[in-house]
Amino acid sequence: MPIIISINLFASLGRFTPPGGNNYSVDDETTVQILLEKLGVPLDEAKLVFVNGIKSGLNSILKDGDRVGIFPPVGGG
Amino acid sequence: MSKLLRVNTRKKTFLFEEPGNSISSLGGRGLTSRMILDEVPADCHPLSRDNKIVIAPGILTGTPAANSSRLSVGSKSPLTGGIKESNSGGLVSYKLARLGIKAIVLEDKPEDDAWSMIIIKKNSVEILPADEYIGKGTNEMVEKMWAKYGDKVGVMCIGAAGEQRLSAASIQLADPHGRPGRAIGRGGLGAVMGSKKIKVIIVDDKGAEKVEMADKEAFKAASKAWAKMLADHPVTGQGLPGFGTAILVNIINEAGALPTKNFRSGRFEHAKDISGEKMVELIKERGGVVSEGCCPGCVIKCSQSYNDKDGNYLTSGFEYETIWAAGAHTMIKDMDDIAMLDRICDDVGVDTIDCCVALGIAMEGGVIEWGDGKAAIELLKKVGTDDPMGRIIGNGAHFTGQALGVDRVPTCKKQALPAYDPRAVKGVGVTYATTPMGADHTAGYGVTANILSVGGTVDPFEKPGNIDLSKNLQIATAAVDSAGFCLFVAFAVLDTENALQLIADMVNGRYGTRITPDDIIELGKSVLKSEYEFNEKAGFTKVDDQLPAFFKEQFPPHNVTWDYSIDELQEAKNF
Repeated sequence: MPIIISINLFASLGRFTPPGGNNYSVDDETTVQILLEKLGVPLDEAKLVFVNGIKSGLNSILKDGDRVGIFPPVGGG
Repeated sequence: MSKLLRVNTRKKTFLFEEPGNSISSLGGRGLTSRMILDEVPADCHPLSRDNKIVIAPGILTGTPAANSSRLSVGSKSPLTGGIKESNSGGLVSYKLARLGIKAIVLEDKPEDDAWSMIIIKKNSVEILPADEYIGKGTNEMVEKMWAKYGDKVGVMCIGAAGEQRLSAASIQLADPHGRPGRAIGRGGLGAVMGSKKIKVIIVDDKGAEKVEMADKEAFKAASKAWAKMLADHPVTGQGLPGFGTAILVNIINEAGALPTKNFRSGRFEHAKDISGEKMVELIKERGGVVSEGCCPGCVIKCSQSYNDKDGNYLTSGFEYETIWAAGAHTMIKDMDDIAMLDRICDDVGVDTIDCCVALGIAMEGGVIEWGDGKAAIELLKKVGTDDPMGRIIGNGAHFTGQALGVDRVPTCKKQALPAYDPRAVKGVGVTYATTPMGADHTAGYGVTANILSVGGTVDPFEKPGNIDLSKNLQIATAAVDSAGFCLFVAFAVLDTENALQLIADMVNGRYGTRITPDDIIELGKSVLKSEYEFNEKAGFTKVDDQLPAFFKEQFPPHNVTWDYSIDELQEAKNF
């Protein structure tokens, strides 16, 4: 049973954001890692994972309606 | 040994002085804060003759150590009424260090209306009339100074806001490309320079020798490892040069912590339009420069040159904090409007954070509409003129709130909060509340462990760990600011085990001392203690270490709140 999530990748990973990323269909029980592998994202570059605005890990299991944001290492200020 | 250059701005005289034992080993913020504590009566009016400005390179400035060319400027702040150290890049610091000048101290103030400029060269100091430059913007000032005194001379100057002694006035510095995009921004130090009727200071290090090294080889080995550390760390080596500090817009928005519409929510629906990614796209399309250094010896290069739609230079040093204050905070989503606001702030010489937060307060007060970039530009253009509204905005967010009868004013110690909501990034919230500087993210950047997973991780929403996070970062930052390092070295330092040892090795190589990493931490503590002492004498108490009451409101999307007690927060100052 597929679920709909939103997935956005940023900065140097921006090119991996799929078309229609805000309404993106994945299988139920998909983890962030499986999602990133499907998108061809090098896992070692995906340092910061946010699910619904909360810092999460590659093993987080996604639910319908989740908002996923992926970042390489970033800083500034 | 390097010397103090004291300038009497009333008599137009100067003298060189050997530093006393108590300050001989200090530099940067450590030196400015100690001298302000020792020499400025804490109860003086910041614009009176009793206040001083201390302008100091860091302990390692002038050496080849990467990213060591920051300039510290200290004084009693006309904005906060407390002690202030504000630091910046540009060319002045490196050149002062090469000339063997430990600090310039501006003292007294003129009784007449005549303006002066100070020109410092290897074998001369001149204090000349500067009336012809009054009213000139900082862009024109740098252009004129380079034309007259030579390309690449160090320039620090005030704009019209400093001349009017407005509380949010900055001192702007020329970067290596001749743009005044580098600011001693926070705390109104441009107003103090204006009160002393100094329009501009020129520093030319032509003919200066290299700084002396006690142990050249030891320095070189440590300095090489230091530069490699900065190049290898993904934030300092890739993220910052790739997208500038504005790389933060998307992640702080994603984390639900980007203060939007005067701190009402943590997500701005147009965040992508004002992001670092968007900025870089526009820079590339228009033939600007994505990555350039703002001071000698920079290997991070997070500055940039941003062109307008027609490909003409508009601004540089286009920072995350500015883009947030002029963008999400005011709901303005047009990057070119935001860039124009940045340019105007730099040119008239005001702090982009305090004055762009003030623009949001003007929207709160109904003077202009939320999100109206063109109206904001017209309003900001009044700063530096005789228009009373311009004087209001130029005095910063706190003053603007009072003038307009607004009850939602995001300041601490009268200084505007920067670009991270304290409820959703509690580590930096504790810093806003407790730093002696007034709300300032750079004083203890808890965003690192709260959001960026640098130097460990601490939950940004809950209290545990955030007092200690802020405290330790405030101590480390005071030391970094004393060394003359750009604060961004901290991203690599926090993730590198022997980084403090490398700093100690560089100091020892330069001066023949035998300091240890523990001594560096002790230095940081002693700097903060000097600053606490000054503020206590100026009348500050623990009640001043609080955020405005409206931060008790729930903050979406995470519906977090700010509920530290007065005494809980004091723990951040207990060491």
